[in-house]
Amino acid sequence: MSMKRRDFLKIAGISSILSVGAKIAEATHPAWVTGPDPKQLVPNKQALSAKRWAMIVDMTKFKTEADTLKVIDACHRAHNVPDFRTPDGKVDKKLEVKWIWQAGFERAFPGQDNKYMSEHLKDMPFMVLCNHCDNPPCVRVCPTQATYKLKNGITMQDMHRCIGCRFCMAGCPYGARSFNWVDPRKAANLDVKRGGKLNNEYPQRTKGVVEKCTFCTERLQIGKMPACVEAAPKGALLFGDLEDQNSEIRKIITTRYTIRRKPDLGTGPAIYYLIGGSDHA
Amino acid sequence: MLEKALEGSKKYWAWLILLSALASVGFYFYLQQYAYGLGLTGMHRDVSWGLYIGQFTFLVGVAASAVMLVIPYYLHDFKKFGKIVILGEFLAIAAVLMCMLFIMADMGQPGRFMNIMLHPSPQSVMFWDFLVLAGYLALNAVIGWVTLGADRKGMPPPTWIKPFIYLSIPWAISIHTVTAFLYAGLPGRHFWLTAIMAARFLASAFAGGPALLLMLALIVRKLTKFDPGKEPIQALAKIVTYAMFANVFFLALEFFTAFYSQIPGHMHAFDHLYAHSATPLVPMMWVSTAFALISLGMLFFPAIRKNETTLVMACIMLFTSLWIDKGFGLVIGGFVPNPFDEVHEYWPTLPEGIITVGIWAIGFLVLTMLYKVAISVREQTAGVEIDH
Repeated sequence: MSMKRRDFLKIAGISSILSVGAKIAEATHPAWVTGPDPKQLVPNKQALSAKRWAMIVDMTKFKTEADTLKVIDACHRAHNVPDFRTPDGKVDKKLEVKWIWQAGFERAFPGQDNKYMSEHLKDMPFMVLCNHCDNPPCVRVCPTQATYKLKNGITMQDMHRCIGCRFCMAGCPYGARSFNWVDPRKAANLDVKRGGKLNNEYPQRTKGVVEKCTFCTERLQIGKMPACVEAAPKGALLFGDLEDQNSEIRKIITTRYTIRRKPDLGTGPAIYYLIGGSDHA
Repeated sequence: MLEKALEGSKKYWAWLILLSALASVGFYFYLQQYAYGLGLTGMHRDVSWGLYIGQFTFLVGVAASAVMLVIPYYLHDFKKFGKIVILGEFLAIAAVLMCMLFIMADMGQPGRFMNIMLHPSPQSVMFWDFLVLAGYLALNAVIGWVTLGADRKGMPPPTWIKPFIYLSIPWAISIHTVTAFLYAGLPGRHFWLTAIMAARFLASAFAGGPALLLMLALIVRKLTKFDPGKEPIQALAKIVTYAMFANVFFLALEFFTAFYSQIPGHMHAFDHLYAHSATPLVPMMWVSTAFALISLGMLFFPAIRKNETTLVMACIMLFTSLWIDKGFGLVIGGFVPNPFDEVHEYWPTLPEGIITVGIWAIGFLVLTMLYKVAISVREQTAGVEIDH
């Protein structure tokens, strides 16, 4: 095929302009315009993955209050959660931030208690945390998509995008969300000047943003189980893939009676509670 | 026209200075809050909205109520409202401005405000609320300014403004409907999860807003040569009466549903607000109830309504009643008891109160200056009725 000299020059000219353009684009456009380098997107081979992460809280395995406190402590330490105290050493309810904590039966499952139920069940320290709902109201109401759903079912949030409007806190029917009413680094446990310790593996927060449990997304990515699961008595907190028929949690949920918090609201909570004192409960 | 706001009597300037002083004190405390965090307020993780969002909600209603003048005047050709329709539009501007300031005061990270635009989220009611409020502010500013400017020249307003005026009617309804949707669509908040929330909001807005406007018009008449006339005042009083009937009726419906069904979740918030709270909330809610019934009773009788002294008394009670109910009780009722059925009380702190007063002062500052402009124009064209 022959080509006229004129056409050849045209094509050569355009292509050289394009290549120069590409070079300029490369030089002037930082990664946030061109997107990250694909090489950096290779997932960690050790990462734990699932179609739908979920958790079982087996209340028969939590024997003492020390068991639950250990779990809470492990989570809050791992995530730089401030522990505000009043001068007399009590939890400061005004500033409180919490990701996982304990609540009695009538608190965790309001309306399902009755006055004849056993004291044992009533006083059980139920571990409560974000339910990582299938249909989370917090995600629906967020005006900036600072809280959002991951494909693996985790309800995540970007504490650097959050504008602090607290609509998600009004939206969450589980009271799972906390707001940083003041700089979290002012709490004694995080204030380095007062002997506090920061976990430098996890981001710190500023005041004025909302936070909550993230199912330890950052730990799953490097092949570790959530901090609470590791700290809990063996088998007390089970974490796994609900969509995997062979997963331990799926087998338990299929074969035993579990309850969830406020399932009637249509949120589809992913935390299941095993209460029964025996397997035929 | 704006220059009219910069000339006035000593009293006018003294009033502006007083408001500026209040605004400055409020701003000083806002800076404290900005530096320390919202921990300066009485809010906590269980009652995560408080006085600020209550004021925002209440003032959206005041803003929307301008439509109660626009509809009779522009749709029904009720000429008597010709003089005061501008007062309604300018009140709407000041009210929306206060709404926006209350939102800013309530935000944890006000510097990230633009994230609402950078990451538009149509599934969030708050995104829509932001859009409709900004739109309503623009609509009223343009309509108010253009119609007043035409009046000054003794001309009818240009025809191109008419579509904007008609648009402002459904728009006013929308701002309060969307604000109600902030509350009425949240699972697990029984006190707010009611289909008549938007209807209640509109009813209370159309009672409280015109009541405020009526009092403002009488103040204006006392202080200036501007006379809105007796009839428009009485027409406003009738609007207030009808709307207040609807509002009280709607509130009674809420009580019926909660207490006849006997569903604990539906009764809890009412129990807390009207009986069990350890804060001054309980007497406040009963004052609100008493004022609502007394003012309604007064407005019901023509003799009392036609006497401007008793009319103003009724309006003050009515406005106070609605302010307590919607600007304060409504927000707290949704949060107490919390999702664990626990009662964690909320009471605003002094700095929170001062910031709130400061924002109201800014609102009244803007309102005074806008009214000054409108009244100066009206005084110049006194006696000349312009057909719009």
